[in-house]
Amino acid sequence: MDIAFLSDTIRKLLGALPTTLGLFFLSIGFGGLLALGIVWMRVSGIFVLERFARAYVFIFRGSPLMIQMFLVYYGLGQFPAVRHSLFWPLLREPFACAVISLALCTAGYTAEIFRGGLMAVPGREIEAARATGMSGFLLLRRIIGPIALRQALPSYSTEIVLMVKSTALASLVTVWEVTGVAQRIISQSYRTMEVFLCAAAIYLILNFVIVRAIGLLEYRLSRHRRAVRTAPAPLAATPGEAS
Amino acid sequence: MSLLETLGFGSTGWGGLLLIGALTTLAVTIASLAVGAVLGTLVAWAKLTGPRPIAYLGDAYTTVFRGVPELLVIYLVYFGGSHAVTSVGKMMGVEGFLGLPSFLAGALAVGVISGAYQAEVYRGAFLAVVPGEIEAARAIGMSKWLRFRRIVAPQVMRFALPGLGNVWQLSLKDSALVSVTGLAELMRTSQVAAGSTHQYFLFYIVGGCLYLVLTSFSDRAFGAAEARIGKTFRGGLGRA
Repeated sequence: MDIAFLSDTIRKLLGALPTTLGLFFLSIGFGGLLALGIVWMRVSGIFVLERFARAYVFIFRGSPLMIQMFLVYYGLGQFPAVRHSLFWPLLREPFACAVISLALCTAGYTAEIFRGGLMAVPGREIEAARATGMSGFLLLRRIIGPIALRQALPSYSTEIVLMVKSTALASLVTVWEVTGVAQRIISQSYRTMEVFLCAAAIYLILNFVIVRAIGLLEYRLSRHRRAVRTAPAPLAATPGEAS
Repeated sequence: MSLLETLGFGSTGWGGLLLIGALTTLAVTIASLAVGAVLGTLVAWAKLTGPRPIAYLGDAYTTVFRGVPELLVIYLVYFGGSHAVTSVGKMMGVEGFLGLPSFLAGALAVGVISGAYQAEVYRGAFLAVVPGEIEAARAIGMSKWLRFRRIVAPQVMRFALPGLGNVWQLSLKDSALVSVTGLAELMRTSQVAAGSTHQYFLFYIVGGCLYLVLTSFSDRAFGAAEARIGKTFRGGLGRA
């Protein structure tokens, strides 16, 4: 076991961690917002919007992220109209392209998860809220939103882990995140196993922290569902003490 | 060159190569499903009934290969495998770098990932088998193997089908990453076609559409299989 090599590898990989985290948080944020829009379209009851949302989910969940990313990075730059447009400074950057395609892709998956959460909101709770006079945004903010969020969280944490893994694809469009750096070290040193283990450890810890954070959020959001903590019951007398 | 010519099946068209690429993608996915089925069964068995150290090993396997980027696993198998093949070659007197065949590397890598997901699918399916049925089989004197063949395996296969459909879709999309080893599957063929004609947008759209055909077709196939199997459950809701 070559400790010097391992610590050097870990140091290099950790150097790329901010890029991975940046890709992750930006794409989760933008993807989440986009997903909200798509869910809104999907349940709007307006035929055209609903069809669009269905098609969006079908396309982005049915094709590999890699081809979507290449389409954004290599495909869009092919058109002079895009190259001369306002967006070119953004679309020229591999990092921005990676974030765009990651966000577009995760929005498709997240929209279905959010819709599942929305469908799980019991009708009687909405009725009760309406009976007390809530409507529109207040109803959404106080009743539907929190319940749907809590129902969607377990599947959302699965999607989040998939997203952490998906950021690795950015290395294929020349963004040097953890996997890209690992690949470069492997091709320089030919020590596949050691580098793999170092990179795997980083991803596993990252996933663990994120899953734990979401678990904590879920715990906080379902406080009312746990048994009410009562005053500590008097200690039962142990057999030996009874005299 | 017209669009029809570029995508056609003539000597200057890419249609034929793209179709072969799609078939290769399908072949890699089928091979990886088979590899994953073997690994998944072993790991599920280890996690369910293995002695503690082996059960921990099974846990480690599913945690690592479901939590680490697919690309990293492909690098591990491809570079690690090629390294092993090269050193075996050196022992046998062959000098220089020997690569692991990319189809084999791809099927193994995607299979290892699919095995981690399949293990969880089989484990869940096994736990869905009602213990009473196994006890009943034991009571009428069936041996362990006969019990597995007649009672456990048929039910596990039925319960596992929806989960296997999801694993299949994941593997189909993971197989696109095998293109980094140079295997001429659908993704790689689209890349080569895009590069040599400079029609990047066109070929990635066409490649993406072919993937959509593959995923929606297999979605239908699994849906039909589930409907067919659903008939064998009494009472419609899983079981009577």
